[in-house]
Amino acid sequence: MDIDRTNVIMSPLERRLNTISRHLIQGCFSDSTSIVASPAFYGASVFQNVAQAPEDPILGVTVAFNKDPSPLKLNLGVGAYRTEEGKPLVLNVVRRAEQLLVNDLYRKKEYLPITGLSDFNKLSAKLILGSESPAILENRLATAQCLSGTGSLRVGAEFLTKHYHQRTIYIPVPTWGNHPKIFMMAGLSVKTYRYYDPTTHGLNFKGLLEDLSAAPNGAIVLLHACAHNPTGVDPTQDQWEHIRQLIRSKNLLPFFDSAYQGFASGSLDTDAQSVRMFVADGGDCLVAQSYAKNMGLYGERVGALTIVCKTTDVARKVESQMKLVIRPMYSNPPIHGASIVTTILKDRNMFYEWKLELKAMADRIISMRRQLYDAVSARGTPGTWNHIIKQIGMFTFTGLNSKQVSFMTSEYHIYLTSDGRISMAGLSSDKVPHLADAIHAAVTSIA
Amino acid sequence: MTTAKAIRRGLATYVTYRSYFLDSSSKRMMSTWWRRVEPAPKDPILGVTEAFLADRHPHKVNVGVGAYRNDDGRSVVLECVREAERVISGNTNMEYLPMGGNQTFVEETLKLAYGDESEYISNNKIAAVQTLSGTGACYLFAKFQRRFQSNSRVYIPIPTWSNHHNIWRDAQVPQRSFHYYHAESRGLDFPSLMDDIKNAPSGSFFMLHACAHNPTGVDPSEEQWREISYLFKIKNHFAFFDMAYQGFASGNTEKDAEAIRIFLKDGHLIACAQSYAKNMGLYGQRVGCLSILCENELQALAVKSQLQQIAGSMYGNPPLHGSLIVSIILTNPDLKKLWLKEVKGMADRIIDMRIALRENLENLGSSISWEHITNQIGMFCFSGMTPEQVDQLTDRYHIYMTRNGRISMAGVTTGNVRYIAEAIHKVTRS
Repeated sequence: MDIDRTNVIMSPLERRLNTISRHLIQGCFSDSTSIVASPAFYGASVFQNVAQAPEDPILGVTVAFNKDPSPLKLNLGVGAYRTEEGKPLVLNVVRRAEQLLVNDLYRKKEYLPITGLSDFNKLSAKLILGSESPAILENRLATAQCLSGTGSLRVGAEFLTKHYHQRTIYIPVPTWGNHPKIFMMAGLSVKTYRYYDPTTHGLNFKGLLEDLSAAPNGAIVLLHACAHNPTGVDPTQDQWEHIRQLIRSKNLLPFFDSAYQGFASGSLDTDAQSVRMFVADGGDCLVAQSYAKNMGLYGERVGALTIVCKTTDVARKVESQMKLVIRPMYSNPPIHGASIVTTILKDRNMFYEWKLELKAMADRIISMRRQLYDAVSARGTPGTWNHIIKQIGMFTFTGLNSKQVSFMTSEYHIYLTSDGRISMAGLSSDKVPHLADAIHAAVTSIA
Repeated sequence: MTTAKAIRRGLATYVTYRSYFLDSSSKRMMSTWWRRVEPAPKDPILGVTEAFLADRHPHKVNVGVGAYRNDDGRSVVLECVREAERVISGNTNMEYLPMGGNQTFVEETLKLAYGDESEYISNNKIAAVQTLSGTGACYLFAKFQRRFQSNSRVYIPIPTWSNHHNIWRDAQVPQRSFHYYHAESRGLDFPSLMDDIKNAPSGSFFMLHACAHNPTGVDPSEEQWREISYLFKIKNHFAFFDMAYQGFASGNTEKDAEAIRIFLKDGHLIACAQSYAKNMGLYGQRVGCLSILCENELQALAVKSQLQQIAGSMYGNPPLHGSLIVSIILTNPDLKKLWLKEVKGMADRIIDMRIALRENLENLGSSISWEHITNQIGMFCFSGMTPEQVDQLTDRYHIYMTRNGRISMAGVTTGNVRYIAEAIHKVTRS
């Protein structure tokens, strides 16, 4: 369409009306009723019927906590580490790494490859699998830097939906609230296996074995590598071996979620035992790693997904397909957090320093467990409470029911999730008596 | 065959590594789970840089991926960004952001797109969340569109950034295309564009590049945008703007947001993906924003809550660092001024390179018209070269670009412009 000469001397408004009238004449509006009927013509939104989504229950706890004006309030909701003073902690070694990065004027900060920082990937795989792992020595794994544990789980799930023959994943009961959503949104169907026994506050080992035995051949199984969230209940070494044999005999595909390596026992190697046991038998598995807690990099969203394969050739193909999953989602992962991790893991002194700081965090939590147990015992609170010291990791599954939890919130300004899970990381020595009082009151006044 | 060639044409050879360490029971358990996994095709854009890096030729030139280079051919970290990072380092904690991201960041970002005085902002009518750069914003919108307008399709211009197709396909939203680029004039095919808009069923979803169209560099004029907006109104279409180059196109952030402001004035409830990858040089930080305009505050809250749900099961909450850089710069008047100056500097250098490349080609006596080099805007120039000509440029002259003939002007420098012009002249004159 050449520019109509007459248009040049018209005003913009006249020009616009002229264009539109030309379209009208050309039979644009065969269905002339559409102009009046269409809501958007009157500024209505095509999304006007979108309903409000429910709030995330865990984050909702912090939102409610923030609104509470009471000086006694205590946030035991979200699993983020706090110091004895109740403050968030940035590890010294992380600060040092940050400083090095800022001062490095020659550092490139452009796009990472789709699968992220290559050194980060190698070091992360070594961290979880051990540098002597057969999978690493034989170069048969595919690792991608992803957005923390959540992102790693999602990319893994998307990959499985596209390339694996079985679309069912078994998750433990209970598990982290976001797990089912991640897998469902990726297109997997979610089933459960028994895990926690409320009567013993421990592992329902028999139920676990029965349910996994009944799973169809090839089904995916989600396993918490250590420090099970929310219960803090982990299988023993022997139980893990038993689980491994069952999983391999049924050709089930293990998918590990490792969010607390080093944070549970204080030792990186000890906390990786379950994963290493599975990799050592030569079989396939997936591992999602997070540095949110053990390096305190929560908001930077640093993690990795490793898929252990049988051969190098398969690992290359798998890696290429992981890229196709990632590219439309966000193209490539964020550089900052991964750079910090790499700086620390690469340097012997910094790595050593990190291990010390990590152990200190784990030790403080273990100390809080002991103090809370002692305080509750001293009050003679009815029931058995030694699960407080037997459970491991950031959380204690108290066994309190939702009514008791509400009571603790409204009467004692203590914030926790309604399943009775408390984040030990949010506790400090001076708050222990208050918490013990609250638990005692809740248990004695509400059934 | 050179290494670069082999990689570029996707002919990698794999070395199969025999595993000597498996015992017999493991071998029995050796599953064939991944046997059917095919090697994925290489990403066309990122594959170019891979091939470039593998090339050892001293005069090699990378005009492939769209990352800015200064006149020395080096990547740049903006001074305002360095300053912001100095502020952050040692002084902030690294706690989780809220699910919708850094709120200060989002507010400042909305002002950039919609204007400081926008009543949509003051009346809280915008559902907006921090996203993983522009890709993340487009992807989140595509997923949202699939969920809440499940019968809709998306109209995408020909051509467009290749990842757009991956995004909407992965979100399972059917795609249609609309005419955009006019090959003969290397400009906009406005009549066909308007026809396609007219002929699409009422209430269709269109993906529009707000400025500095990628890969062509061809943008509608202000007048043409007004006509497009008006026709959209009559046809009741939904406009989704991908704005990845605000400030980078003309050098002026307000001017580059013109199309969006025109649509807003006409009362459209648009959606917009914004990215700070190029205009703040924050490529690897993955920082962007998705905003959806709503009729009222309640609706905006509902839409935002759903966006957060979708994002929550993908990555939880967005990364902190990049958002801090942006919010520190945009809330500090001196840093903001510095940023606007630096962004104009980048845009100006690109405009200078466009002029230089065109002049060089004309001075070489090329019989082809190279006007389009200076008519087009933003980081990319759609040269009009064929894939075969591009292959020759790469094979003979070690100049790397995508096979659609797209030149990233950011890779052109006073040092290499003559070399590039000579090479282009040689492969196009036959």
